[in-house]
Parts: sequence; structure tokens; C-alpha cells
Amino acid sequence: MAKKTAAAKRVGMEVSIAVSYAVQLARAEAIAAYPITPQTHIVEHLSSLVANGELDAEFVNVESEHSAISTCIGMSAAGARTYTATSSQGLALMNEILYIVSAMRFPIVMTVANRALSAPLSIWNDHSDIMGARDIGWIQVFVENGQEAFDHSVMAFKIAENHEVLLPIIVNLDGFILSHVVEALEMVDQATVDKFLPPYVPLHRLDPRNPVTMGAFALPEIYTEVKMNHQVTLTKSYDHILKVWDEWGKLTGRQYHPVERYRTEDAKILLLIMGSLAEVAEIAVDEMRDQGLPVGLLKLRMWRPFPFKDLRDAVNGAELLIVCDRALSLGGVGGPVMSEVRSALYPMAQKPATLGYIIGLGGRDVNPGNIKDIVARAQQEASQGPQEEFHLYGVRG
Amino acid sequence: MLEIRFHGRGGQGAVTSVELLALAAINEGKFAQGFPSFGPERRGAPVLAFLRIDDRHIRLRCKIEAPDVVLILDPSLIRIQKPTTDLKKDGLIVLNTPKSTEEVRRDFGFHHKLALVDADTIAREVLGVPITNTTMLGALIKATGVVAVDSMQHPLQERFGPLAVKNFNALKEAYEKTVVEEARP
Repeated sequence: MAKKTAAAKRVGMEVSIAVSYAVQLARAEAIAAYPITPQTHIVEHLSSLVANGELDAEFVNVESEHSAISTCIGMSAAGARTYTATSSQGLALMNEILYIVSAMRFPIVMTVANRALSAPLSIWNDHSDIMGARDIGWIQVFVENGQEAFDHSVMAFKIAENHEVLLPIIVNLDGFILSHVVEALEMVDQATVDKFLPPYVPLHRLDPRNPVTMGAFALPEIYTEVKMNHQVTLTKSYDHILKVWDEWGKLTGRQYHPVERYRTEDAKILLLIMGSLAEVAEIAVDEMRDQGLPVGLLKLRMWRPFPFKDLRDAVNGAELLIVCDRALSLGGVGGPVMSEVRSALYPMAQKPATLGYIIGLGGRDVNPGNIKDIVARAQQEASQGPQEEFHLYGVRG
Repeated sequence: MLEIRFHGRGGQGAVTSVELLALAAINEGKFAQGFPSFGPERRGAPVLAFLRIDDRHIRLRCKIEAPDVVLILDPSLIRIQKPTTDLKKDGLIVLNTPKSTEEVRRDFGFHHKLALVDADTIAREVLGVPITNTTMLGALIKATGVVAVDSMQHPLQERFGPLAVKNFNALKEAYEKTVVEEARP
């Protein structure tokens, strides 16, 4: 760990509560949210902080997630530092508005406590919800433990509000597996956060004294250019994200990267996982390394903008890449992450064979043994040539 | 790493227990995870809660499948949940019961090491209610030494405020009265 300069306090805390404290430390000014499992504890606690006068913010209770995100647009347009959180059906209900948030460049920060989509009704964790919102034009990152959830919830505001970015950001954390666990983490103090994150200065805002039009319609002559502008801005946000992560790294000693590497030195076999199961996979990698298998782990932290170069650098030299998805693209290629990863690697002259395994749908438990089993199966499949487009690991019947 | 599974009924405070003990362990500088069995739990229905404690960051994120310890808040769950079927061979059962070691072995067919305390009676007398979650923590600490008894004071204070003293007294009484079997051969 690098040297750190920030004043920090080690605490035990439920991860949801840690996220709500991060939002408090970031001095969010406007929150609108609708409670949905497993996001509930985050917004409940924020609501308490506001009601108790510990956070000077407007907390708007709404009747749905569609209203929550719409209200956030209004508050962000008025110039407030704006936060919301949701899960699953709630994110799906927000869907039409999510595109508007990013295209209108409102730097709203949202936590998604990832959860499966109905039907059948499941309150448990997977990444179906966020994969359904892949193309909404937001910055999207994934975290793997409570510390990362806290860190990224603070950093998100600084990334989003940069005038060269001005894009909304989603911090994805696994529902229940992270949101409902009490664990140890380091909280940074208010003075450090205040210095790191100055007050939000909107570039444009709704103000009756200086009227502006927001959300005008676009004729065919301009719509494509607006989309290109969004595309370029989102792609270029990469540099600003890294700058913020570097600054946080210097403060806290915790340095984040778009593609995190774990024991990838000389690895011929690589696993790629997003979210909290990456830590479970680390244990499996340790055990397989002990047995002499040259296996390593990549953790895709930055999902949007997609870190093409980092990924290509990270797989260099590997012969087999096993992508473990937490969602199923029905009737298609299987895992949405595998699909994008394979596509990103396609232009490389020397590239690993890429196989997709879908794990942990709807809260199905994944243990290190499962990961080792997947590696064994993938090795066999790679030696014989792929038989299937993807594998729904552990499925019965 | 020590892995403990709590068996209780919705409303008996199993989840609160694991959280309190996780906080106590973290305050001692250890690492811990406390979490419920994820789901729509209901009052009175059987529930599980999980606790991992280690000296380093815990990366395991799955359910506890081969616990070192099972703690049973409500003996009526033994027939329903069969809590000891996946308990490690050298594992420990911490049970709320007025029965003796011999009676427990005879009635439930347990083969593991036992730590027994009549938490119902202690809770009724000290707390005035038959809610045994904090009381049973005293038994668990006695049998495992996983944290110091005094380390429970701060988490109890944070959680229960004015009721913390009563809960700590019940915990301490259970700590003193728990009968921990010598290691079985």
C-alpha cells in the first residue's frame, strides 16, 4: 500500500451505511429516492441523516423510481449536488429517464445495489439490472468490498462534476453480498473530503434571472452530432476518472485502476470477473497457484467508458481468458461482459481464446471451489475447441 | 478464520447478534463479516445469520457451509433446521437450554463439543424479556474466547443506548454460567 496522507478512522459498519456516510461526507445537497430491496438501508439512513439535521440536504420522498430520477434531474438542473440509489426493478422503471440524465449532462451520482430482474421474482444479487442499462451513457464502475463502495461513492461526485465530464455516474455494488454485510473499513474525515471535493459549481443551471432552455428537441441535422459529443465526452472522461482515482490514491493509499490485476504475472490462464465475486476468485487463484497452475485474475472495475487499452494490455501473453458473467443476454451470446471483452480483443493479432461462464444468477452462491471447477472445465473446453457459445454454470436439468 | 452460524427465529435478534460481535472484533483490530441469510425473513420463521472473524481481510463472500461453531438461540429449531449436519467434525455447539450435557446428548443426538447455558432464564431475569440474542453472546465468548467480554460494551452501547447496561449484564451472567465441555476425544 502506498503512503497515505488523509486522516482516517477504522470502523465496523454495514456497507450500505458506509455508502450513506460517503454521501453525507460528500455534502450531497439533494436526494430523491424510492426504497427497494436491497438498496433500502442506504436511502433509509440518508433520510435519517437529513431528518436529524446531520446532512443539510433536500430529501424528496417520491412514489416511484421513475419519479425519483426525474426529481433528481430537476434538482441537478437547479444546480444541486444530487444523489439517488436503486436496484433491479427500480432501475428498470427509471430506464427512459436514465438516457435523458446523461444526454442532458447532469452529474447525478447513483448507487445501484445490483439485483436480479423479475420474473420469477428474485430479490437476490446478480448483474441483470445494470446490464439492462448498459447503453444509458453514464459512467459505470463496479466495487468489490465495503471499502471500495465507500471510496468510489465519494470519488463519484468529483468525477461527475468536472466541467469537462459533467456526466452521471453509477457505482455498482452487489446487493446483499455487499450491501447487507457488516465489515471493517476506513472512513476518511470530513476535512479531507472537503479538501478533495469542493462544492459543486454548475456550468449551467435553471435560474429565473438568467433563463436557459434545457432539453430542447433536435432535428435530424443535429441529433447525430449531439450523440457524437456524448460519445467523445464519455470516452474522454477516462482521463479525468484516472486523475481522481490517483488523487484519492495519494490521500488514502488505495489506488484504483480500470482493470485490476491479481497474480497475473506469467499467467497463461486469466479469469475476468466484475464485482464482489472477484474476491472469492482471488482465493481460488491462490489455491490454483499453489498447485502450480499459471492462473491470474482480472477485475473489470471501469465498465463505462470501456477500458479497451487496459484490457488489451492486461491479457497480453495469456492463452485462455475465462469471463465470468453475472447476467444472461437471452437468445444471444450469453454473458454481456464476455461479449464485450471478446469484441474488444478481436483486433489483436495474438489474443487468448475467450470462453464465457455465467455464474451466481439470482443469488446463487459462488464459492472458490466453483471458480476452480470453471477453470478446469474451461481448460478442457479450450483443448477440445468450444462446444457451446457459453455455459450457464451449475444449471440443473 | 472462525466461521460461526447463528440459528434463530425472525425477531429473536440473531442478525443483531452477529453484527454486534463483528463490531466488537473489528474494534479489537480484527477483521469480520456479519451478515444475515439474505431473503424476505419473517417474524417467527427460522432464520440464519453468519459471522466470520479473522486476523486479515476476509475475501470469502459465500454462505458458511462448514461452520466451526453453530449457535442455537431456540432449541425448537434443532428438529427443523438440523443445524449440526454440516458442522466441522471438531466444531462447537453453543445451545440455549436448561438441560445438562447428558440430557442434550440423549435428546438431540449431538456428537460435537457442547457449550450450554439457560439463556431464557437469564434473559427473563436480567432483561425482563425472553430475548436471548445478547445473552447467548456471553456463552459464545466463554466457549471460543473470540473477543474479550468487555469489547461488547461499546457495540451494545451504540446499538441499545440506555438498554445497553442490562444487555451487557445478561451477557456477562451467561458468560459466567455457561458450561463448556472439555474437548471431546
